[in-house]
Amino acid sequence: MISIQQLHKSFGANKVLRGIDLKFDRPGITAVLGPNGSGKTTIIKSILGMVLPDSGTISVQGENVAGKWRYRNQIAYLPQIARFPENLTVAELIRMVKDLNSSTANDEALISLFELRPFLDKRLGNLSGGTRQKVNLVLTFMYDCPIIILDEPTAGLDPISMVRLKELIHQQRMKGKTILITTHVMSLVEELAEEVVFLLEGQIHFRGSLKELKEKSEEPNVERAIAKLLEKQMAEMPA
Amino acid sequence: MFKILKYSFFDLIRSRWTYIYCGFYMLFTFSLLWLSSDLSKVVISLMNVVLLLCPLIATMFGVMYYYNSREFTELLLAQPVKRTSIFLGQYLGVAASLSASWAIGVGLPFIIYGVFGSAQAGNFLMLLLIGVVLSFVFSAIAFFIALKNENRIKGFGLAILAWLFFAVIYDGILLLSLSIFSEYPLEKFSLIASVLNPIDLSRILILLKLDISALMGFTGAVFRKFLGTGLGMAVSMIVLAMWVVLPILSIRMVAIRKDF
Repeated sequence: MISIQQLHKSFGANKVLRGIDLKFDRPGITAVLGPNGSGKTTIIKSILGMVLPDSGTISVQGENVAGKWRYRNQIAYLPQIARFPENLTVAELIRMVKDLNSSTANDEALISLFELRPFLDKRLGNLSGGTRQKVNLVLTFMYDCPIIILDEPTAGLDPISMVRLKELIHQQRMKGKTILITTHVMSLVEELAEEVVFLLEGQIHFRGSLKELKEKSEEPNVERAIAKLLEKQMAEMPA
Repeated sequence: MFKILKYSFFDLIRSRWTYIYCGFYMLFTFSLLWLSSDLSKVVISLMNVVLLLCPLIATMFGVMYYYNSREFTELLLAQPVKRTSIFLGQYLGVAASLSASWAIGVGLPFIIYGVFGSAQAGNFLMLLLIGVVLSFVFSAIAFFIALKNENRIKGFGLAILAWLFFAVIYDGILLLSLSIFSEYPLEKFSLIASVLNPIDLSRILILLKLDISALMGFTGAVFRKFLGTGLGMAVSMIVLAMWVVLPILSIRMVAIRKDF
C-alpha cells in the first residue's frame, strides 16, 4: 500500500530524516511514535507530497508519488493543527472539500456523530479548538479511502468525542484499511495499535508489534516501554 | 484551479477590508467628481492615486492573504488537487477581489456621473484597466515574496520594500542618474528604465492615452517621440502584460519546489 525507500530530508542544516525504509502492505493500525522533532510529521507529509524528499522514493498503491496528485484521493489525512479560513462557515468548508473530491462523502453521519449540527452555520474563526478538531475529523473521515493517516487526532477533544473517535478508527480498521497514527497519548496506542514504529532522530529505532515492544523493554505498559527505549538510547549516546 | 479561485474570492469578498477598500475609492471618486466638473482632471487625479495606492494595497493584501491562509493551504495540499492550481487559484482570487473593489469603487461613481456619454469614456476605461493590471502585478509580486519567506515579518518587510522601490526609490534613482549623466544621450536608457518598472509604465500608458505632454515627464516624452502614441501604447501594454505573466511564472516555480 505504502512503501518508503531510503527517504532523506533535511531542512537547512537540520537532518530530519536519515534513510527511512518503511512498508505498510497489510491492513492494520500502526502507531508512529517518537519524541518531538523525530520526523513523524515529516514522514507523513512526504507521503502526501507536501514535503518533497531530498532523496528516496515513496510509492502509494504501487505508484511512485513524486510530482503526482491524483493518488491523494486514496488517502484520508488529518493534519496536526486544524486552522481554517476564518470567514467560511463549517457547512461551507465541508461543501468546499466535497467539491474538490469526486468521490461520494458520508459527512452527514459524521456530523451527527460529533454533534456538529449546531455549529454548521458558525464561522470557523469563532469555533473552539476542540470543535475545530471535530470539523477536521469530519473532513478526514467522510471519504472511504483505503489509507488513513492521523496526525495527533486527539488534540483538544473531550472524553466523549475521544471515545467516538476510537470507535470510528476501530470501524475503519474492520473495513480492512491501512491506518497510521502519530500521537503522544499512549493509552490510545495501547488500545488501538497493532504495530508500533518508533522513530528517533530521523531513523527507525524500533518496529514491531505492541507485544514485541513490551517484551524488548521488559515493561508492562507502552508508556514505560517507550520511556525505557528512549533512556537506553540516551545512555548509549556518547556524551 | 477555478474552484480554489472561487473560494478564495468569496472568502475575501466577505472580508470587511475589501469593503473598506472599495468604499474608500467610492468616496474619493464621488468627492472628486463633486469638486470638479472636468472629467479628464478627475481621471488625472485618480491616476496619481491609483499609481501609488493600488500597488500598495495589492502588496499588503497579497502578503496578508498568503500568510493567513497557510493552514488552509496545507489542508488543500492534502486533497487531490494539483499544487500549482492551489497557489494560482489563491493568487487569482486575491487579484480578482482587489480588482473588483477597485473597479466598483471607481467605476460606479463615474457611471452614475454619465461617463459613457462623454468624450472621456476611453480614458476612464484605461484608468480602470491600469488599476486592475497593477493589482494583478503587485499581488503576484507579494505572493511570490510571501512564498519565498516563511517568516511573516520578513515577508511583510520585503513586500513593502518592493512596493517602496517601485513606487518611490526607483524614480529617485532614475532622476538622479539622468541628472548625473545629463551630458550623454539618455533616451534609450530612460526608455528601458521605465519599461522595467510597472508603475512608471502605467503612468506613461495613461498619459499617452490622455495625451497630456506637459505631465508626461522625460520618459513619457521619449516614449512618444520614439514610438509614437499608437506604437508606444502597444509596446507598454505588452510589457505590462509581461509584468503580470513573469511573477505568476515565478510563483509557479517556487510553489512546485516548496515544502509545507
